[in-house]
Amino acid sequence: MKMVVVMMIMMVMAMVSEASMIEQTCKETPDFNLCVSLLDSDPRGSSADTSGLALILVDKIKGLATKTLKEINTLYKKRPELKQALDECSRRYNTILKADVPEAIEAISKGVPKFGEDGVIDAGVEAAVCEGDFKGKSPLTSLTKSMQKVSNVARAIVRMLL
Amino acid sequence: MASSESLLPVTSQHDPLSESSSNSIPETRRRKPTKVHLVVYSGFLLIALYITLIVTHTRPVSTKGANDEKTVASRARLAGVSEKSNEHIWKMSDDREGEAFAWNNTMLSWQRTAFHFQPEKNWMNGPLFYKGWYHFFYQYNPNAAVWGDIVWGHAVSKDLIHWLHLPFAMVPDQWYDANGVWTGSATFLDDGSIVMLYTGSTDKFVQVQNLAYPEDPNDPLLLKWTKFSGNPVLEPPPGIGDKDFRDPTTAWKTSDGKWRITIGSKINRTGISLVYDTVDFKTYEKHDILLHQVPNTGMWECVDFYPVSKTKHHGLDTSVNGPDVRHIVKASMDDTRIDHYAIGTYYDSNGTWVPDNPSIDVGISTGLRYDYGKFYASKTFYDQHKGRRILWGWIGESDSEAADVQKGWSSVQAIPRTVVLDTKTRKNLIQWPVKEIESLRLRSKKFHKKIGPGTVVPVNVGPADQIDIEAEFKLKNEDLEVIFGDDSVEDDKDFSCETSGGATLRGALGPFGFSVLADQSLSEQTLVYFYVTKGKDSKLKTFFCTDTSKSTMANDVVKQVYGSFVPVLKGEKLTMRILVDHSIVEGFGQGGRTCITSRVYPTKAIYGATKLFLFNNATDATVTASFKVWQMNSAFIHPFSAVDDLVVPSST
Repeated sequence: MKMVVVMMIMMVMAMVSEASMIEQTCKETPDFNLCVSLLDSDPRGSSADTSGLALILVDKIKGLATKTLKEINTLYKKRPELKQALDECSRRYNTILKADVPEAIEAISKGVPKFGEDGVIDAGVEAAVCEGDFKGKSPLTSLTKSMQKVSNVARAIVRMLL
Repeated sequence: MASSESLLPVTSQHDPLSESSSNSIPETRRRKPTKVHLVVYSGFLLIALYITLIVTHTRPVSTKGANDEKTVASRARLAGVSEKSNEHIWKMSDDREGEAFAWNNTMLSWQRTAFHFQPEKNWMNGPLFYKGWYHFFYQYNPNAAVWGDIVWGHAVSKDLIHWLHLPFAMVPDQWYDANGVWTGSATFLDDGSIVMLYTGSTDKFVQVQNLAYPEDPNDPLLLKWTKFSGNPVLEPPPGIGDKDFRDPTTAWKTSDGKWRITIGSKINRTGISLVYDTVDFKTYEKHDILLHQVPNTGMWECVDFYPVSKTKHHGLDTSVNGPDVRHIVKASMDDTRIDHYAIGTYYDSNGTWVPDNPSIDVGISTGLRYDYGKFYASKTFYDQHKGRRILWGWIGESDSEAADVQKGWSSVQAIPRTVVLDTKTRKNLIQWPVKEIESLRLRSKKFHKKIGPGTVVPVNVGPADQIDIEAEFKLKNEDLEVIFGDDSVEDDKDFSCETSGGATLRGALGPFGFSVLADQSLSEQTLVYFYVTKGKDSKLKTFFCTDTSKSTMANDVVKQVYGSFVPVLKGEKLTMRILVDHSIVEGFGQGGRTCITSRVYPTKAIYGATKLFLFNNATDATVTASFKVWQMNSAFIHPFSAVDDLVVPSST
């Protein structure tokens, strides 16, 4: 019986300590729930240090940008009257993929996090600009808002490296 | 590139979930096994289950703090902000009815500067240099208009203004700099030869210091560099993080004939500067004591350390020491992107430095800055050719990276400035654009205008996007006396440029100055101005500010108000100088006591539509402005060619 108790204590301790790095980090971000859900859903999350957690979030930004670009592409056919705004969004989101994400990955990995901060902040900026282009009638609102939220969380974690 | 200034609004840190979870876990931890094992067993099972729920909880819960998305229309607050956080709020959409801005190529290509150093394309920062030909070695990304893949770009000039591009000086071709050939400094040895110490990011991402020297000392262009076979010469010492060890300084001679360098770092949140002595630049003795440290300032990048004369207006070689000398410690604060400096005393016997005024020590937010606008990663060098110390600063972009990618480049260098101690106040440095820039001056026009309160007057100079303005302002004595005599005009204890909201805030004695990069209707304008307030003890207190909040219709750029207090001594007139070069504005208050650099991205006030105005938005004072405006020629910065070698350098 004592063995079982000891095992239960160890299991609890293990689970508590696994959760606490992510939890502790996420508490310092503007969106605890989003932060935890993003980091938990990634297998690397449980053993990552702060840099590692930041890189996971950059990866999420990358994934979200790719997803948004796909959506933009389908919208060209469904909503051809929105072409101009879609073009601008396409340009903005391509910047996220081609400039912001590589810059953030390189900077965070190499220990010059402020350029990583630039990259993740800019991802939110580009999403906000794209959203604004539709003048209130955006078909991409939930995606652009997601990007801004993820950008805010990522930025807070990168700040911890400074 | 959107810098750390340009933050999307940060939502509150309130976290409802943590309150519930953190309360329950400690409680359950404290529960001890009781006599009845069955109860304990099931108790632990319940806890395990509960924790499992928390850990795998994926449903986003809509709660008060977490999902609050309102864009906050508050202003950038540099003053009074805690040293750690960087609360610049990025204003988006709320003043333009949600209309985003699509930059077209005409607008973007106007932004390129005419007489500031910038490479033909892509990304640049960080100065390094050697003289004869003035050499500029800079951090360059050959592949993109964002930071990354850093190599050493190289350019030369005879006069610090007309630059010629050369091939890359160094690239990441060794394991010890495979991930980046980063910032370094040059030292002249006694025999006149040069050694270069630079930071490499190794193949394992460790920051190390490496030695390099010119392959051919007889080549005045210093085209090729040899890396020492024994690199790295310095690795992060015990207690210092692998990624907190970069930017070695120029070396100076100690009284026992050794060379000494300092390298910035941090321990937890304390910014520090490590000291090493060397004889041959290959092996080093690390000091146990630091040159200096300041708590809560974060990582110190690009540390600079140099002497300034207390009495003379010329520069001093880095090794000079003596009773006539003060020493400057400067560091670039990684946390806030600000270059701070402090004046103090250097003790050669143990390699330490003590500030004159610890309350404004290096890195303290209310301390001194080289520049109160956008200006970072700066360094000085001693120009023995002309006996002056020159300051180089890197000016990043304040726009979105999409715009940088579209226009194909990012970042410029400030115009090199001479730097000396202000012999009158002895409490700050004075910077001034190098005299050689005057060789770009073309035709000029002189003006003398008296403008009453609440007036804006156009200044007709023709094109107004490449100009140099030198101005003097006088306030009427009668106006000043009225202000002092009037008890209802209170001391303005809390004024600061950054929190004022810009030049629309009207005081009795200010703001007044120039509206640059303005369009005819003033829908876009950048204001560079003085704001004079009544200080305590019947003294005036003057501020020098730049307001970019209305500089452009675009809403995807940073539009802050910058500036600071500027000392004005008895009998001095108010003077300012402004260099306007397309998307960069450099302002110098009171002969360079307070400097402000800003990046500006107008959409309408471009090409022929750029205008200049003089304004006085004070409520009571009449201002008399005497000023001269020069048209500035381009510096025609271009790749070096054989023809350039034969051209006689412009005399300065």
